Amino acid sequence: MSDRYQQLVNTPIGKIVSKQIGLPAPVKLERYERGQPVIDGPVLLGAAPGGRLAGAAAQVLAAVEAEVHTALEDDARSAAADAGLDAQVWSAETADEEQRFKALVFDASGIADSTELHHAYAFFHPTIRRVKASGRVIVLGTPPDDASGPRQATAQRALEGFVRSIGKEVRKGATAQLVYVGQQAEDQLESTLRFYLSPKSAYVSGQVVRIGASALSADGIDWEHPQAGRSALVTGASRGIGRAIAQVLARDGAHVIGLDVPALQSELEATIGELGGSTLVLDITDDDAPQRIAEHLLEHHGGVDVVVHNAGVTRDKTLGRMSDEQWDMVIAINLSAQERINEELLARQALRENGRIVCVSSMSGVAGNAGQTNYAASKAGVIGMVHSMAPEIGKSRATINAVAPGFIETQMTAAMPIATREAGRRMNSLAQGGLPVDVAEAIAWYASPASGGLNGTVVRVCGQSLVGA
Amino acid sequence: MNTSVRRVAVLGGIRIPFARQNGPYARASNQDMMTATLEALIGKFSLQGEILGEVSAGGVLKHSRDFNLTRECVLGTRLDPHTPAYDVQQACGTGLEAAILVANKIALGQIDSGIAGGFDTTSDAPIAVNEDLRQVLLEINRAKSPAARLKALAGLRPQQIVPQIPRNSEPRTGLSMGEHAAIMAKEWGVTREEQDELTVASHRNLAAAYDTGFLDDLVTPFLGLERDQNLRPDSSVEKLAKLRPVFGGENGTMTAGNSTPLSDGASAVLLAGEDWATAHNLPVQAYITDAQTAAVDHVHAREGLLMAPTYAVPKLLERNGLTLSDFDFYEIHEAFASQVLCTLKAWEDPVYCKEKLGLEAPLGSIDRDKLNTHGGSLAAGHPFGATGGRIVAGLAKMLKEKRSGSRGLISICAAGGLGVTAIMEAA
Ligand SMILES: NC(=O)c1ccc[n+]([C@@H]2O[C@H](COP(=O)([O-])OP(=O)(O)OC[C@H]3O[C@@H](n4cnc5c(N)ncnc54)[C@H](O)[C@@H]3O)[C@@H](O)[C@H]2O)c1
Repeated sequence: MSDRYQQLVNTPIGKIVSKQIGLPAPVKLERYERGQPVIDGPVLLGAAPGGRLAGAAAQVLAAVEAEVHTALEDDARSAAADAGLDAQVWSAETADEEQRFKALVFDASGIADSTELHHAYAFFHPTIRRVKASGRVIVLGTPPDDASGPRQATAQRALEGFVRSIGKEVRKGATAQLVYVGQQAEDQLESTLRFYLSPKSAYVSGQVVRIGASALSADGIDWEHPQAGRSALVTGASRGIGRAIAQVLARDGAHVIGLDVPALQSELEATIGELGGSTLVLDITDDDAPQRIAEHLLEHHGGVDVVVHNAGVTRDKTLGRMSDEQWDMVIAINLSAQERINEELLARQALRENGRIVCVSSMSGVAGNAGQTNYAASKAGVIGMVHSMAPEIGKSRATINAVAPGFIETQMTAAMPIATREAGRRMNSLAQGGLPVDVAEAIAWYASPASGGLNGTVVRVCGQSLVGA
Repeated sequence: MNTSVRRVAVLGGIRIPFARQNGPYARASNQDMMTATLEALIGKFSLQGEILGEVSAGGVLKHSRDFNLTRECVLGTRLDPHTPAYDVQQACGTGLEAAILVANKIALGQIDSGIAGGFDTTSDAPIAVNEDLRQVLLEINRAKSPAARLKALAGLRPQQIVPQIPRNSEPRTGLSMGEHAAIMAKEWGVTREEQDELTVASHRNLAAAYDTGFLDDLVTPFLGLERDQNLRPDSSVEKLAKLRPVFGGENGTMTAGNSTPLSDGASAVLLAGEDWATAHNLPVQAYITDAQTAAVDHVHAREGLLMAPTYAVPKLLERNGLTLSDFDFYEIHEAFASQVLCTLKAWEDPVYCKEKLGLEAPLGSIDRDKLNTHGGSLAAGHPFGATGGRIVAGLAKMLKEKRSGSRGLISICAAGGLGVTAIMEAA
């Protein structure tokens, strides 16, 4: 779906006009293409003294063969040396005016109280204006719950406001993220840092994600094909976001089992056929749908590694005008069906070890939206389901997480009234709508066998929308 | 064949004050300066009429006619003419390399005594004709008849007569040494302030070395100059801050103040085996314990041109079972303040030490109060070939005055990506 505003403001005349009337000029975000490096450009790694994450970050930067720079400070230099990084020396005082970075990565875990937040200021103050287009700002911290006391917890919590504000300050498609890495979870950082560094996270900004410890290791993973040998069920796979999810998981090496309603069978077969996957045609709200899905997966694939609950609908009406059917249908498809399918898959042990359930929530579920009481309830319920099921699913050495898309250019949003649509597109830090592939990449990150440290979390793919938490 | 190794004693040294380019020594040749310096050394140790094992000396800027300069100098002194001599050339490492060569022969028992020296003049510098003119002149030389000579001469064009003044630039990069040092300074984030502070310390220490009389028997007046011409005892960070950058562009951090000036001068050191020293009733000041040279690949790997000592010193330490902190004095040649600071930062840096030097842990830091305690090249000046002799002679005396067993480290960087380093110990 094309974005006419973006096309217009990026023409020379459009640029002049949009500047004069003060409209934000959305830049063309860099997006991942197969074979591209994780990060294409210099990375500045910094650390507050006494942190515990610079080492893990340096290991990842070494693995992705990034060109790394660090200040001549013990923590960062030792981390770089241990990781085998031939890191260049950064000095704000003597650096060239033109020096730019594709990413700024800062280990803030050493910040023990609010006064030490100054370390974060000192690292970013001279560097924040040196971030390239589609650049990345990534702050690593300790989850407040894992902190050693109230002062550390307070300071670590403060990072949220700091990072979210950076997301709103940086320009030209750059993003900012806060990654809380729990105690003993340092070895789980790689999949998340790779995702956030790369253009795969183009439309994700201002997010706070928490990585926990996990017994599952990603040793020996092929990062180009993390899903090799795995099977992935994607509901609502024939079009829109679901199709993009199927494509990205197939790219990552998965055998995709695309599911959709009988009415869309031919579209489904066309989409999934291209990917060498298989199809399952049914309505997920049917009484026997969970059983049929479980049986299909067990019979044809011996179980499943990734389940993506993408199928969803909207039936918008203000509450007073909403019909029974509208309410029931949205709740049934968007929420109850997911619960029933999950329960059945777990009961039949169809979800294999290191399995992943990834649910599609929505910004409406986070923030609420007039005319969407049914939809927002269902999508908020998805978040509740993810939180509540995570501990149990974690016990069976699998994970459940959710992605909450903001404004994504699809048939669903193309059907919106123009004013709502334009507002939706612009009201975020990146000043544009996302693409289905942006949601798909976030799902692929959760679905990766290397993402065992992520469980019960929600990430928004919304360009840091102005609404919602 | 000799299989034992003897201790090599430093008996002492002397130099003439170093002058700035086109200063008091403008008309003095390398031979004048070196001969005068050797004479002073001969006088200091009563060497007149002695046959020494050898005299080894060298300089960087030499005329082609000076193909045997050191031997010519010896013939002009009161040494017995049976004393052999040869020239050495290893850019700024020349003087120390000469000392290492003589020391190694003494250690192996091939000779019992020797002088290591060095000189350079940037004023009486050789001027080369440009390549076109050289070809014409060679043609004239080959011509057999006056007519043929005239014909060859007629081919001359005015632009062919422009001379080639020697430039202090690296043949393979085309960059001057200062520009290379500026690249290093930038790579290591060395600030202007740090460089100026190091420069002030150099001047302050050298001035004190004069004032306390430490240099009285190490420096002998020449052509009316009694102290190093470049020395500014009242140098301060505030004054240095006013200078404009000369390398590294407009925002560069390197100035004429924190870089060594082109200079003229010469130095010489007397080395011997212990038996020779005893027989001549000359006390041993210090021993040359070990030495190590190294080189960097500044051409292909783009390593810092002046970083070779960072490679040499760890090898030296390992071989001698020492750590970087095991020294009472560090004599790090100050080609540029930035280069000294880069060297120190590199040894402290876990990344550099692992990636470049292959060390498990950083080599370490040094106590800055032990660095160039009696002044360095920034204050004294740096006649390329003469710096090694200045340092060896000064360090020997410092060690002698400190205490028996005290230890000093010498580190000299040189053009061509070279580094020459040595350890000395007090007697
Ligand atoms: N497009 C956006 O901006 C946006 C924003 C937030 C969340 N989302 C969510 O993303 C998901 C995909 O949205 P989309 O924009 O691609 O919508 P879409 O309408 O293009 O695709 C949804 C797919 O789900 C299938 N589906 C619907 N009901 C089903 C049922 N009962 N059984 C099986 N399949 C069924 C549809 O046939 C369709 O293929 C939805 O969950 C939606 O709520 C979208």
